[in-house]
Amino acid sequence: MGCRGSGLLAAPHRDYCVLGAGPAGLQMAAFLQRAGRDYAVFERASAPGSFFTRYPRHRKLISINKQYTGKANAEFNLRHDWNSLLSHDPQLLFRHYSRAYFPDAGDMVRYLGDFARRLGLHVLYNTTITHVTLDKDPQAWNGHRFVLTDHKGQVYQCSVLLVATGLSVPTLIDFPGSEHVEGYESVSVDPEDFVGQSVLILGRGNSAFETAENIMGVTNFIHMLSRSRVRLSWSTHYVGDVRAINNGLLDTYQLKSLDGLLEADLKDLALVKDSKGKFHVTLKFFLGETNASWSADSVRLPEDDSDNFAMRVGYDRVIRCLGWKFNFSIFDQSLRLSSENEFNKKYPLIKASYESKGSRGLFVLGTASHSVDYRKSAGGFIHGFRYTVRAVHRLLEHRHHGVTWPTTEHPITQLTSSIIRRVNEASGLYQMFSVLADIILLKENATTFEHLEEFPMQMLAQLEPLTGRTAQHGLFVISMEYGKNFSGPGKDVFFYERSVGHTEDAWLSNFLHPVIYYYKQLPTEQEVRFRSPHWPLPRPTAIHHIVEDFLTDWTAPVGHILPLRRFLENCLDTDLRNFYAESCFRFALTRQKLPPFCQQGYLQMQGLAITESLQQHGVESKLLQNYAAATENSSQRTSDRALAPGPRAQSLDSDKEEL
Amino acid sequence: MASSFSVFSIEVFLVILSCVSKSSEDSLPELSPQKYFSTLQPGKASLAYFCQADSPGTSIFLEELKKAIRPLQDYGISVAKVNCIKEEISRYCGKDDLMKAYLFRGNVLLREFPTDALFDVNAIVAHVLFALLFNEVKYITTLEDLQNIENSMKGRANMIFSYVRAIGTPEHRAVMEAAFVYGTTYQFALTTEIALLESIGSENIEREHLYFFHCEIVLDLSQDCRRTLMEQPFTTLNIHVFVRTMKAPLLTEVAEDPQHVTTDHLQLGLPLLFIVSQQATYDADRRTAEWIAWRLLGKAGVLLILRDSLEGNIPQRINVILKRAEQEMEYLVLDDIDSLIFHVENNVKSEQMEEGEDEEMESQDLDTQDDEVAETVYRDRKKQLPLELTVELTEETFDATVMNSDSIVLFYADWHAVSMAFLQSYVNVAVKLKGTSTMLLTRINCADWSNVCSKQNVTAFPAVKMYKEGENPVSYAGMLGTEDLLKFIQLNRISYPVNIASIQEAEKYLSGKLYEDLFTYASVSVLGLFSPAMTTAKEKFLEARNYLKGHVIIGIYSEADVWILSSKYAAPLPALLLARPKEGKIECIPLAGTHVHGIVQIMARAVLEIFPEITVENLPAYLRLQKPLLILFSNGSISHQYRKAILTLVKQKRLDSLTPCWLNLKNTPVGRGVLKSYFGSLPPLPQLLLVNVYSGGQVFAFPSDQSITEYNLVSWLKNLEAGLENPIKNLSAQEWKPPLPAYDFLSMMDAAEPQHPTKKVPTCVKETDKQESEKGEQEPEPTRKEPVQTLRIKYWNRNYWSKEAEKPFRHEKEL
Repeated sequence: MGCRGSGLLAAPHRDYCVLGAGPAGLQMAAFLQRAGRDYAVFERASAPGSFFTRYPRHRKLISINKQYTGKANAEFNLRHDWNSLLSHDPQLLFRHYSRAYFPDAGDMVRYLGDFARRLGLHVLYNTTITHVTLDKDPQAWNGHRFVLTDHKGQVYQCSVLLVATGLSVPTLIDFPGSEHVEGYESVSVDPEDFVGQSVLILGRGNSAFETAENIMGVTNFIHMLSRSRVRLSWSTHYVGDVRAINNGLLDTYQLKSLDGLLEADLKDLALVKDSKGKFHVTLKFFLGETNASWSADSVRLPEDDSDNFAMRVGYDRVIRCLGWKFNFSIFDQSLRLSSENEFNKKYPLIKASYESKGSRGLFVLGTASHSVDYRKSAGGFIHGFRYTVRAVHRLLEHRHHGVTWPTTEHPITQLTSSIIRRVNEASGLYQMFSVLADIILLKENATTFEHLEEFPMQMLAQLEPLTGRTAQHGLFVISMEYGKNFSGPGKDVFFYERSVGHTEDAWLSNFLHPVIYYYKQLPTEQEVRFRSPHWPLPRPTAIHHIVEDFLTDWTAPVGHILPLRRFLENCLDTDLRNFYAESCFRFALTRQKLPPFCQQGYLQMQGLAITESLQQHGVESKLLQNYAAATENSSQRTSDRALAPGPRAQSLDSDKEEL
Repeated sequence: MASSFSVFSIEVFLVILSCVSKSSEDSLPELSPQKYFSTLQPGKASLAYFCQADSPGTSIFLEELKKAIRPLQDYGISVAKVNCIKEEISRYCGKDDLMKAYLFRGNVLLREFPTDALFDVNAIVAHVLFALLFNEVKYITTLEDLQNIENSMKGRANMIFSYVRAIGTPEHRAVMEAAFVYGTTYQFALTTEIALLESIGSENIEREHLYFFHCEIVLDLSQDCRRTLMEQPFTTLNIHVFVRTMKAPLLTEVAEDPQHVTTDHLQLGLPLLFIVSQQATYDADRRTAEWIAWRLLGKAGVLLILRDSLEGNIPQRINVILKRAEQEMEYLVLDDIDSLIFHVENNVKSEQMEEGEDEEMESQDLDTQDDEVAETVYRDRKKQLPLELTVELTEETFDATVMNSDSIVLFYADWHAVSMAFLQSYVNVAVKLKGTSTMLLTRINCADWSNVCSKQNVTAFPAVKMYKEGENPVSYAGMLGTEDLLKFIQLNRISYPVNIASIQEAEKYLSGKLYEDLFTYASVSVLGLFSPAMTTAKEKFLEARNYLKGHVIIGIYSEADVWILSSKYAAPLPALLLARPKEGKIECIPLAGTHVHGIVQIMARAVLEIFPEITVENLPAYLRLQKPLLILFSNGSISHQYRKAILTLVKQKRLDSLTPCWLNLKNTPVGRGVLKSYFGSLPPLPQLLLVNVYSGGQVFAFPSDQSITEYNLVSWLKNLEAGLENPIKNLSAQEWKPPLPAYDFLSMMDAAEPQHPTKKVPTCVKETDKQESEKGEQEPEPTRKEPVQTLRIKYWNRNYWSKEAEKPFRHEKEL
């Protein structure tokens, strides 16, 4: 022990170690760099983004790179820029690297290289970490240090370990005959190699369709086989499902052009070769009898029993496109990163705060952290995890450096516009819908509030310890959501009357729209854990939906802002209307209390003056009175109301006196 | 994600177009007879118009029928047009020109209507409901009929009897709509016989009548039911309000402060009348109160309150308190009951005249804008402002612009109503300064350039900042209006503080000759006097100046010969001289040991006048003194005599505890609104009032039969102090509550999801919500609901029913 200890003492120490210089690793490095933290990034390759040097095999990225949105707002434009990382350098936007809507993977490599270089990030290239373990140390930030060993045997110590290694291990499948199967990672991408062949593709994700798309024109036919039915991105709202750009094969299947999709469990499968070198699909079950020589000629095939079996033809090639898994091999058992559960063979086990469930101080970033919102939101993709990485960085800033989660404080009169501003421009809420949410923390008496951006919703119960902010007086959670029953594989997302237009039906909105939860008290961990299914949060005291908008522009005064104001007013039990100075003046002299807008504006000598044309509209709308013009009418009215003649006469007298 | 929007945008767009046209006018499903009958669902009512397939597509009747779709849907009744085609023979398809509408429940025919009976939307709704509510609403023609029903109701339930001039009128519809809601609670009787109305002794028989018969409390069969006549105009909402007030207890006893008491009446816009009683006279008071309550039934809520139960909040002589929603409480002395009832009734009427004339439902409509700023800005959205007079900045031009020229920047957001209201004033400033100012007026839209705005620390809109070369930007903190901003810009033409170089210049400065043109904007100039060695005092002064830039003219003199000024104005150094050149006055304030904050306060106070004219702009400055206001309201300028009287008293320091001021209604017309709220109508002018905004909120009026002299004023103030005067008004201490409820989406979601786990988290669920969702489970067809939450339930029903009703038709269409 002592010996090992002294060896460690000599090993270089970093507060933060980042594994992997892909998009997520660089994104974290950029935040650490800006905060002036002690960190290092370890990268196996000689340059950042090595995954993109090979993948996707057909080189076309399916993350959109929208050059024009018709808007100048930089934050808003990030909603349609899925490739850029976050930085303060406007040059480091992906649109400066590619003009293509679906850019080439090579541009991503170039972009990541520039990102690391321009920001001067500390990356140790050509450093392969081969083993990661823990060393107990009560003095350390988390009660232990992470000990990293590289391929040369060099040891590094880290207080916090940020794993951004992505999913790097191709998912393999083991069945009799699987040795005949080629992998996506190595199969030829030259269509010439497939001329006149019959191809079976195992898998039904974007890589499978991408592969099929590439060779569709030259093959006899392509069949695709997987356990689950195809999930199309536009019907699930999940960018990881098959994107419209890749689904040409669906067309030819549905149009009976020889290509096809089939469903079966791959584990029950077996592949046998016939004498002509063609592959035949059969069931593992049938092989039992003739274990000795697996040849199509001797083995029983499904078509022997049912002569219309779909896959009765022989295939020239079988290609496996089954996706990737996290590489658990370098992490010591003591880190408890994996569990035996099937799902967790793909992803490491983490909490909604992206911290490992097994070891404190170990965070998983980027694609590998997608278990938090798998098949729900965008956390496995650059445009999503650039925001979750920022959330992790903010948590760390508070945990280790006493920097509370950044907030802005406003008077309560700004509440409505503060929310409206964010739902209209915020990209993090939009991309990481139902995962990251803005939190409004009310201060005592609800006269002011703090606005806290992009907090992981599932961690709501732990908000106080995680952010260093207090939530004693009630809070609002602002998130973006799709309609609960709208999307999903097999649902018709183009059904008639799918869009909701009436404000009172806002809760039935189907497309992405803002939802605001109001809690009198911070929910407890129990409440978050045992919330109803399909609810991202426990039952709130009250809830508001801003009705979906075709232009995602939620600024309509009556359609969007007014119902939101009514909701906020009723939660806070106050009147949040705006008033012109003249109205405040009248309230100030005729009532003991003033509405918040008058208190915070007019009484602070910052009242809002009215102009003539606005005054006119006010009178027309009957919301304002024209006191100047009311003179004559009202004097008539007083006589109508039969006031005693005495004061009337006197008023004439007093007028005289004045003259 | 966004991809679904872009890829399929065309299709989405088309559907949205069709939605838009749909919302403006409901489309009438057109079906063949066979298809129509296949859509009928058991228990559901449906109105169908049968016509020849080749008959003209539009007619007046069809137009009206379309209008009736939405209201009928609210009652769960679907509407369809059935095209009779040769291939399908139906007995409902009559001869060419004899087309009729039929009402079905399930597939049972309830009633057939000739189309001329359904002459408009009111007639359609009235007839259909009349047919459906056959049992709930008895149609009667004779007095005998009425008496029979009345007798059968005695001791059991109350009834509602109404007379309408004809079937199918808007009034008939209003009664039927009320019957739909209250039909199970009360027996309805309806007549069109004017003779019947006459025979029960009604007056004004040319108009519609609705009576509430209080039969439930009648135990003796020989006794008649007491009747209450609805006096409000015949609308659905008024009937609803009327019936609700009938349901409320006749007389309520309370022991709370009337300030905090609310009942249904207040929510319905009716006043509450508190009869103040005491233990000794309780029984008699209770009888009186009951009698008043009967007389005011449907017009006001009557409550009995024991003076002993309150802690002396009610002035001694007062025995009646009138409370109205959104208004101050009125304390009254009840001498005779008739005049009291007259007073209350008149109040009710005048309120209805003011507010009630719009569409009935409109006043409660959650979708109606009630924010004056948002509404006026929206209505003004098409006006072309001369925006070209201000330079629009972008992220690219911002830094260069504010660095290269002295500029004012308005940070705003184009969707933000307050910003856009202020933008108008801002443009007005530009118009006024056109060609005269060296200051560049610019603006930046933070909805586009949020990065720039946050970099400039602008977190709230609108904000104005002044950028001057070599200085830190200064935030404008004045009123968001043309005048104040103009003043700020003008006063900032010179740099602060003005460094005075010589005694001569100092004198010129103090006499207002140095910056003569600026004195149109400021009435006071400040000169700080420091000996050259007083560096800390000077620093404090300079710091204080930053807070007051653009409000006062500030100068500093710190030469060796400062003692000359010091001795001339008897100012021990360090000191401030406050000069009011217009009044020819120079005041001296020693500064030794004063903190920055103190200096700011001194200078801010210096701007205040002794006997100011109160305006909308300056009231907050005087309110900060936290003293009662002694305001002379005048129509035009005030006479010299008044001014003299007040100023004399000020000099004698008799008004130190007050803020004496006056208000010119010609400059500040909103003062009329203030006076009306004090007096109920415009009182004779001038009117001297003491308004105690801060403690107690009482308003006292100087006796109108006395003239305002020093003597009278002093004795009145003494009386006030001694508590001998009664306030004419107690300002309401009511908090500002939400003006209207919000959509309760949580309940709607619960209702749509009957298995919602309300039981799991019982603490969060309000009792009422629970009842509602349970009810929803039991009755999937909510044909009748408790009227309490009609409005809310109605919203819910609308989409529930419309979905239900449309489903079958949609199917047909798709096929």
